[in-house]
Amino acid sequence: MPSISKPVAAHPSLQKNQLGLTIRDYEGAMSTLCAGCGHDSITAAIVRALWELSTPPHMLVKMSGIGCSSKTTAYFVSGAHGFNSAHGRMPPIVTGANAANRGLVYVGVSGDGDSLSIGLGHLCHAIRRNVRMAYVIENNGVYGLTKGQFSASADVGSKSKRGEDNRMSPIDPVMLGLSLGATFLARSFSGDKEQLVPILKAALAHRGFALVDVISPCVTFNDHAGSTKSYLYTRKHAVPLTETDFVPGAQEIVAQIGANESTSVTMHDGSVVRFRSVPKDYDPTNKAAVLECLQDHQNRGEIVTGLLYLNETAPDIHELNQTPDTPLVDIPFEQLCPGSSALDALQEEYR
Amino acid sequence: MHALGNQRINDFAFKLANVNGTGSASANGLLMQAIFRMGIPVSGKNLFPSNIQGLPTWYEIRVNKDGYTARALEYDLMVAMNAQTYARDIREVRSGGYVLYDSSWPLDPTLSRDDAQFLGVPLARMCNENFRDSRERILMKNIAYAGALVAILDIDMAIVEQLLDERFASKKALRESNTRALMLGYEYAREHFDCPLPFRLERMNANADKILIDGNTAAALGCVYAGATVAAWYPITPATSVMDAFKEFCERYRKDPTTGKNNYVILQAEDEIAAIGMVIGAMWNGARAFTSTAGPGISLMNELLGLAYYAEIPVVVIDVQRVGPSTGMPTRTQQADILECAYASHGDTKHILLFPANPAECFEFAPHAFDLAERFQTPVIMLSDLDIGMNDWVVPRLRWNEAYRPDRGRVLDSEELQAITTFQRYMPENGSAVAARTLPGVHPNGAYFTRGSGHNKFGGYTEVPDEYQEVIDRLLLKHRSAAPSIPAPVIESRPAARFGVITTGGCDLAVREALDLLDRNGTPAGYMRIRGFPFSDKVANFIDRYEYCYVVEQSRDGQLRTLILNETSAGKEKLRSIRSYGGFPLSASQVISGISSYVEAKVAVYL
Repeated sequence: MPSISKPVAAHPSLQKNQLGLTIRDYEGAMSTLCAGCGHDSITAAIVRALWELSTPPHMLVKMSGIGCSSKTTAYFVSGAHGFNSAHGRMPPIVTGANAANRGLVYVGVSGDGDSLSIGLGHLCHAIRRNVRMAYVIENNGVYGLTKGQFSASADVGSKSKRGEDNRMSPIDPVMLGLSLGATFLARSFSGDKEQLVPILKAALAHRGFALVDVISPCVTFNDHAGSTKSYLYTRKHAVPLTETDFVPGAQEIVAQIGANESTSVTMHDGSVVRFRSVPKDYDPTNKAAVLECLQDHQNRGEIVTGLLYLNETAPDIHELNQTPDTPLVDIPFEQLCPGSSALDALQEEYR
Repeated sequence: MHALGNQRINDFAFKLANVNGTGSASANGLLMQAIFRMGIPVSGKNLFPSNIQGLPTWYEIRVNKDGYTARALEYDLMVAMNAQTYARDIREVRSGGYVLYDSSWPLDPTLSRDDAQFLGVPLARMCNENFRDSRERILMKNIAYAGALVAILDIDMAIVEQLLDERFASKKALRESNTRALMLGYEYAREHFDCPLPFRLERMNANADKILIDGNTAAALGCVYAGATVAAWYPITPATSVMDAFKEFCERYRKDPTTGKNNYVILQAEDEIAAIGMVIGAMWNGARAFTSTAGPGISLMNELLGLAYYAEIPVVVIDVQRVGPSTGMPTRTQQADILECAYASHGDTKHILLFPANPAECFEFAPHAFDLAERFQTPVIMLSDLDIGMNDWVVPRLRWNEAYRPDRGRVLDSEELQAITTFQRYMPENGSAVAARTLPGVHPNGAYFTRGSGHNKFGGYTEVPDEYQEVIDRLLLKHRSAAPSIPAPVIESRPAARFGVITTGGCDLAVREALDLLDRNGTPAGYMRIRGFPFSDKVANFIDRYEYCYVVEQSRDGQLRTLILNETSAGKEKLRSIRSYGGFPLSASQVISGISSYVEAKVAVYL
């Protein structure tokens, strides 16, 4: 119930970011999700990532579709503009918003129903357009608000709360992203904030579409024995493949700590993503190698987590469309309207 | 030469029957443009199939010195270039008319008619003798029949030469072969026929301040002038050329001269749902954005039109109507999206509609559409149709008012936001039904949460009946309050008129021609062309003035009539219905026979 607001009483000892804001300034309305919902942990990670990045709240746009996950955009950064749109339709809405104003920071929060069923086509095309945004899928394999139907990410053999087996193969957003030419693909677990926060920061700094698939157990409809998206199952089967440090450009000095040059990627804005504990021969910029590695682990029934693939060189939506650095919304009308003399001249061609 | 006394000058219609994909469009366009440049009122209607190559296609040209250029159903001349459709084409010529055909092969004697004259021109044979390349032989046949028409209709050869010069300015070889083909037909006709025919052309000066343009091009140009920077679309006949034209104009007028960057984005979406979503996102962010589509696209956009309506986000949609339902007939015209657009989406929704009647209004209404959308923070759908959108029309030169500045509606700027502590998104301002909005990134005090779920006037989520109703009731008031800002209906009163005739959009020319004919026969009638929805009071006042009115439109179910019945106090018995919905543009004779059938029946058939 967003109408119930928590008092923002910042304790004097709370740390401040570059804007002089505490983490409380990045919080939102009180969550209405079930106690223990994985989504709330992701919300907390988003709050931390944005605070650590010192993103000005009013320069942030929070977009979502419909579903439990999509509700969470109300639960972080109440000083940002939010848009809880229609089921599955968030990607085109962000695409248009981003096309109009490239000067804002875009976070999309979606779920597996929203992104992998009703909105799957839109997600694919937002990836292809390389819309500059962090796109978080809060993936629990189940429809919560409609009480427990399988979603398209439910694994083969996963049991519903009513005891039915899922026998159709799941859609894996990371594999899908690889095949579509995605430029940033990560997977994490809502219970692993240490891994998730730097991934989200890197996603927010990425110049292009950053897909972050977060396994997020549904405590009400998908946390039972037989589920492959429960807390227990995920903790048992998650394999952190890469560990990521995100080093903002302004804090270059930190990068000295044990940096492994061969697995560092410099982001477009000068910040650095540094991969720690990367398995031998794993190159997060080599699509073929990433695909092979992911398939290997999948065959072993493991859920690979980490920042798995990154391409900082592909053109984003604005480069593809050759738009100016000035956001289109800021171009004065006088520059957009050709005027009456141009109209007179043009009409000579229509004679 | 035929006896001068029998000559009909600048008043006839002819039809060209072709095979799709053989290059006939270029020759037919040349003829139409030449007649336009002769200063004669003219219209050209392309009646084409949903096909790339092979199916029959027709082009009709009507010239009329008095300016009646709606579709004519009587053809004085048939240019029969498609053997597959000879039988029906030859049948369509009026008694006493002419058929020009390719006499390279003998005409089936069973097709012959005693009451029509046949002009055989061996087009294929002449082209085969004069051109080597097989593709060229096919293409040049079209220019050759154009040459024959120049001779038999007295089209000004100097103008045709000039047009060829312009078209092939940089293609000398093509210019030469076109001239050669043109002269083949021209000279053959001069030699073998009594030129010109009893109906012919003569220069006039009716087009000095006119242009020849299609509605899709004009609408796109209007969007450029309105300052649209984001366009999203999915390819669909007959709306595709809106975006083709928008792209062309943007490349011309919207490239930054120093950086070469594009001051626009055109997004070819994955479907119409995405296209409208992109428009919503862009306009939510403060840009002027639009999409162009046809009926099937509107069906898909229903969901998000409801979101834009309820969350109060401006949206501009150009719907170039085609024949439905379902895929229907994609290359044929209709006005059957009216109800779908008026009430698009589930729940209680009502949208602002604009009904342009010709390309000039497509241009003029485009900036209106953006102004209305932003002022009333709601979707605006401009309903053009295939006839307006894809055919070339002779319209007055487009004018642009240099003083025009976009009406952005109530958008709080940084200073205004600085002065307030809490922004309440859906709180109406001083007696207006419109609430102020804010744009992302402008000021921290402007942040709010947009949602398609139940919300109260503060912008918060609600499931409380009173809070929900307060907002949804204001939306109804807001829609009504837009009525005075919608382009007013065009009303032409006639003294002693016994009844009124109401119509909309592209029916305009045919209905006005019919009313002039009726007037001359002693049956004057009042005329009203509705140009938008919600209806202004003028609509109801017009209906009140008459004992009964005819509503002339192009849908099976009489959708305009239904909208009037639903949105005014007019009674069913007062509104008689005349409908033409087979897919071709309306003609005056259909209007007259519609009215006559009511009169003959002496009883109204109510729907």
